[in-house]
Amino acid sequence: MVHCYKLNGYNIVLDTCSGSVHSVDEVAYDIIEMYKTHSAEEITEFVLDKYKDQPDVTADEVKECLNDVAELEKQGKLYSEDVYENLAIDFKNNSNVVKAMCLHVAHTCNLNCSYCFASQGKYQGDRALMSFEVGKQAFDFLIANSGTRKNLEVDFFGGEPLMNWEVVKQLVEYARSVEKQHNKNFRFTLTTNGVLLDDEIIDYLNKEMCNVVLSLDGRQSIHDHFRKYYNGKGSYEDIVPKFQRLVEKRGGKDYYMRGTFTHNNVDFTEDIFHMADLGFKELSMEPVVCAPGDPYALTEADLPKLFEQYEKLAVEMIKRKKAGNGFTFYHYMIDLTEGPCIYKRITGCGSGTEYMAVTPWGELYPCHQFVGDPKYSLGDVWKGVTNKAAQDEFRSCNAYARPECKDCWAKLYCSGGCAANSYHATGKISGVYEYGCELFKKRMECAVMIKVAEADQ
Amino acid sequence: MSRIKTIETRDMNKSVKTGGCGECQTSCQSACKTSCGVANQKCENANK
Repeated sequence: MVHCYKLNGYNIVLDTCSGSVHSVDEVAYDIIEMYKTHSAEEITEFVLDKYKDQPDVTADEVKECLNDVAELEKQGKLYSEDVYENLAIDFKNNSNVVKAMCLHVAHTCNLNCSYCFASQGKYQGDRALMSFEVGKQAFDFLIANSGTRKNLEVDFFGGEPLMNWEVVKQLVEYARSVEKQHNKNFRFTLTTNGVLLDDEIIDYLNKEMCNVVLSLDGRQSIHDHFRKYYNGKGSYEDIVPKFQRLVEKRGGKDYYMRGTFTHNNVDFTEDIFHMADLGFKELSMEPVVCAPGDPYALTEADLPKLFEQYEKLAVEMIKRKKAGNGFTFYHYMIDLTEGPCIYKRITGCGSGTEYMAVTPWGELYPCHQFVGDPKYSLGDVWKGVTNKAAQDEFRSCNAYARPECKDCWAKLYCSGGCAANSYHATGKISGVYEYGCELFKKRMECAVMIKVAEADQ
Repeated sequence: MSRIKTIETRDMNKSVKTGGCGECQTSCQSACKTSCGVANQKCENANK
């Protein structure tokens, strides 16, 4: 399967199953599009007629290009066959390893953001803080179920995890004290709204967390519209200087400024540029997760505008990089040469199997987005996974699980998509969140275009 | 190939044999927490 598209002056051909990317001229673009459905004579006739005003497009040239296409097909770099479906099923069935946890250390928050998917950190339940004992058991559960995997990831999440800071530190210290004896390497992430950051916390985070995710929605008016204290005051003025201090002291370690955009700011690139202008260089901006009827939900009418925004972002990123003031955007950080293997590309995010969320009470859920939904309660950190039927549902999620994905060129980039998005959009995890697919495909087109542009320089 | 420039990419077919170690980052642990993208994850297999 090939996907041909034009963007920012480039003609790009993606060969889905080999992962090959080709940057081609107009003639080759037409030839590749027609190659599988037309004879060589038909293609030659069409091309010679279409480009009759271009003296370099001769019958010999067309023949040479047809030969090049045939050679690429022979090398497995064009029209390559999809031979991976059974790998996805076998790989997930044969793996019982847990390697990552989203640890909900605080089901409470000091902000009252009305768009919060976690209902102000409570996840439709009671406010709670995780105790050290529950957290320790979660680490023991992870170590015991991680098989031979060395790299284990734990994200301190909430609500607002800094509201349970002492327990976060105790858990990091516990994990560090046992990782060597179990031949593990813990990688910690903490996601925060920034309100409680101070120098002591910043220094500790910069020492222990391999990544921090800092919530900022961009321009002050946009950020403060949702990200408010309980008294109604916006949080922008308080948190931006703290985030700047954290990043300044971070010494080059990973971080993400992570924003959410809604129907209220479909011009979200302005918010990304604002973050970049504040001095932040590792940026992420995600579409809001909410019910379709919510006033800030993205609409069908927003979609073409969002496409424009993603393209504008990609073009601006190329320009800024050339000017020496570039920044990264999470979804455009595609790594064509050192990126994921085919197993990663077909087996999905691992929610419910190798990745789980743990509540303050030690319950296990497939991921943070399912927390509080009794149907998807998997078990707990003492007994492990007891709801095998629910886990099997997640085990069956992969790039081939949904018939709608069969002919989609992007399936090896999204691996079938987010189960939570599918569930919220269709009522089942095996459904397809089409709106999300459209955004994802546009992001991938832009990400690959940036790579093509870089190769062109 | 005067009209086609092939960008260097990882050979997916070859990775059937060399991949699958599982040491890479879980995709939702990085930044998004709301969508599944695997293409931007870095491979951590030293023997690929």
